[in-house]
Amino acid sequence: MDFNDTPQEAEFRAKCRAWLEDNAELKTKKTNSAKNMNVGNKSLLEAAAEWQKKKYDAGWAMIHWPKEFGGIGATPIERIIWAQEESKFNVPKGVYEIGLGMAGPVMMEYATDEQKERYLPPMAEGKEIWCQLFSEPSAGSDVAGLRSKAVQDGENWIVNGQKVWTSGAHFSDFGILVVRHDPSLEKHKGLTFFFVNMKSPGIEVKPIKQLTGGSSFNEVYFNDVVIPDSQRLGEIGDGWKVAITTLMNERLAVGDADGVDANEAFELAKKHDKDGEQLIDNNAVRESIADWYCEASGLKNTKLRTMSALSRGDTPGPEASITKIVSANKLQAIGNFGMDSSDMSGMLMDEESDFIKFQMAWMGAAGLRIAGGTDEILKNIIAERVLGLPQEARADKGLAFKDIPSGS
Amino acid sequence: MNLDFSDDQKLLQEEAKKFLTKEDALKINRAVMDSDKTYDQDLWNKIVELGWTGIRIPEEYQGLGLSHLELCVIAEELGRQLAPVPFSSSVYLFTETLIEFGSEEQKQSILPKLVTGDVIGTLAIAETNSAPTINNISVELKDGKLSGTKIAVPDAEVATHAVVVAKNGDSVSLCVADLNSDDVDISVQRNIDESRGYYSVSFNDANAEIIGDEESGWSNLEKIMDHAAVLFSFEQIGGAQASLDMANTYAKERYAFGRPIGSFQSMKHKLADMYVALTLAKSNSFYGAWALSSNAAELPTAAATARVSATKAFQLCSQENIQTHGGNGFTWEYDCHMFYKRSKVLSLNLGSLPSWREKLIKSLEQANIKL
Repeated sequence: MDFNDTPQEAEFRAKCRAWLEDNAELKTKKTNSAKNMNVGNKSLLEAAAEWQKKKYDAGWAMIHWPKEFGGIGATPIERIIWAQEESKFNVPKGVYEIGLGMAGPVMMEYATDEQKERYLPPMAEGKEIWCQLFSEPSAGSDVAGLRSKAVQDGENWIVNGQKVWTSGAHFSDFGILVVRHDPSLEKHKGLTFFFVNMKSPGIEVKPIKQLTGGSSFNEVYFNDVVIPDSQRLGEIGDGWKVAITTLMNERLAVGDADGVDANEAFELAKKHDKDGEQLIDNNAVRESIADWYCEASGLKNTKLRTMSALSRGDTPGPEASITKIVSANKLQAIGNFGMDSSDMSGMLMDEESDFIKFQMAWMGAAGLRIAGGTDEILKNIIAERVLGLPQEARADKGLAFKDIPSGS
Repeated sequence: MNLDFSDDQKLLQEEAKKFLTKEDALKINRAVMDSDKTYDQDLWNKIVELGWTGIRIPEEYQGLGLSHLELCVIAEELGRQLAPVPFSSSVYLFTETLIEFGSEEQKQSILPKLVTGDVIGTLAIAETNSAPTINNISVELKDGKLSGTKIAVPDAEVATHAVVVAKNGDSVSLCVADLNSDDVDISVQRNIDESRGYYSVSFNDANAEIIGDEESGWSNLEKIMDHAAVLFSFEQIGGAQASLDMANTYAKERYAFGRPIGSFQSMKHKLADMYVALTLAKSNSFYGAWALSSNAAELPTAAATARVSATKAFQLCSQENIQTHGGNGFTWEYDCHMFYKRSKVLSLNLGSLPSWREKLIKSLEQANIKL
């Protein structure tokens, strides 16, 4: 056992590192990477576009893609090494992740050669931003219950309906979309997958104000939007199969919850005192921090086990499936702890104070426990896919979609 | 990056698993529970023949000269099948102390006999119902003679020797005593796990020989506890995995309301929680194994992290396995209780969960380690 790179990995890491040092600034304790996708935050968009272009020109944008689309055909372990090194630098985040992480793989698998040639390089270069249009007001965890309609009209499809929670729709050029082409078929069989130009007539994007006050996602309305049949990905009726490819990628992409962790709780507990007694001398506090430390360490070492398998060229086990459940819940608990530690003043927000990170964690975690699969859905996935338990009895099995009870 | 066991170590683990399955260790454990025995002699003899007691003992003392990593994979299998043998007492506690702190003479006289099974060892620490500390040890070593009583000593009846934590003037020393001496009285103490034996051991001016630096007994003990915490954490993840597997099988076979109970979300989420706890524990135990086998400075932190996670995982998995089995889980007939009881014994034997959380925080305070 060791935590060392193989000689080839070390060489690759040094290459990543050298380029990053020449082109970006190392993160310091003070740097706060801009990763909130605020509406109209032009400076983040511009900064992100500039960084993406820089990476693309040097071949670092999508290193696991084949050369013809701007990659270098990197192995999975090289991809992780690049991500590890890039994360140590203060670079803009939050604009391209969904397109590159979710639309990219679907286009790679289902688009025609001409489409790949047309769309993939600009996606990697950051010239065109992509979003993902799956969830709907009546279809969240049960995303296959979506109702947006596509009706075939010669060489085109006419789409009507509403999508929701669409991150970055307000600045995206293209989107991947799953819609219902036939409500007389069973739920999963009546779906078809497309990509769509977000500037098409009939598309209207409305930002959603989140509980944090920010707006990183949107409602997207489709009113008689025309999509050419050539933009269909997969066969008619294969929409669910194609969507699953994307959702699997989403779960990998969402991964770890960024923010305060056991270390920050520990530091805070050492700072606070009550009648001369430090918070860290309180037994309940010590026990909580010990448990968070064990969770954080468990996640870190789980990741290292996954990397070990990739480094050997093996397929990793299902262990990474625990990541988001554990990290999002831990984040919420530590956010709560942080505010409690300040007692009556824990509610007061001060942009200038470092303390605000506990409040942001507490707010953000409430969303992270839902985004990219709720805790409950992720536990179902572990139970069904990892432990092999049978599916829940369902009230919609075997019914035509139009006959499924909807409560409305 | 290689936070995993080698192919050879995995092969050894597979062989251990096959051996214990063929012997039907779980059934043997049940037989021990149903008798007044506290271990199985025949299974123990076979384990000695396989050479497992000498895994870590250097070849110059007739051992196999392998690393802690080989011991970890064996521990996981012993834990999975609840093998009722004095392996942990003799190997993780006694042998580790000899290898770490024994003089050349002590090593030469004892280590080869641990390999052959002629010596079986244990470790005697507790005296009262308070957690032992450097200040409350009262069993005393004076002029080479031990006096006083230890309690909750594992496997003391089958063991021939014990490392004893003793007050020695102003400090605490570790010493080795012969348990077959006439000056030692051993009596069995009833405990929650009928497949394990715990004893009170009274020393009446019994001969004992200091092992390791006589002033450093307590810090040496802490080091051995760190070693044992990692090794026991593998027994714990083995037991936790077995409990989860049992619950999983039952949830698929048992029907209620016209469908398998494993199709209910409440059951799925319960089993997913078990899987999450086990995965965290396993990853932390791997980290502990790395720290132990490479004698890393992080060992106190890594050992406490592995211990806390593995204790929580085995307790959760074994208790929720009973819950999954409903009324059947509460019967003597089903195996669930054997894992439940073993999980609690393993969560107490090196000190409780709160004590190890405290050790973890202390190690973080001292080492200023960051994730």
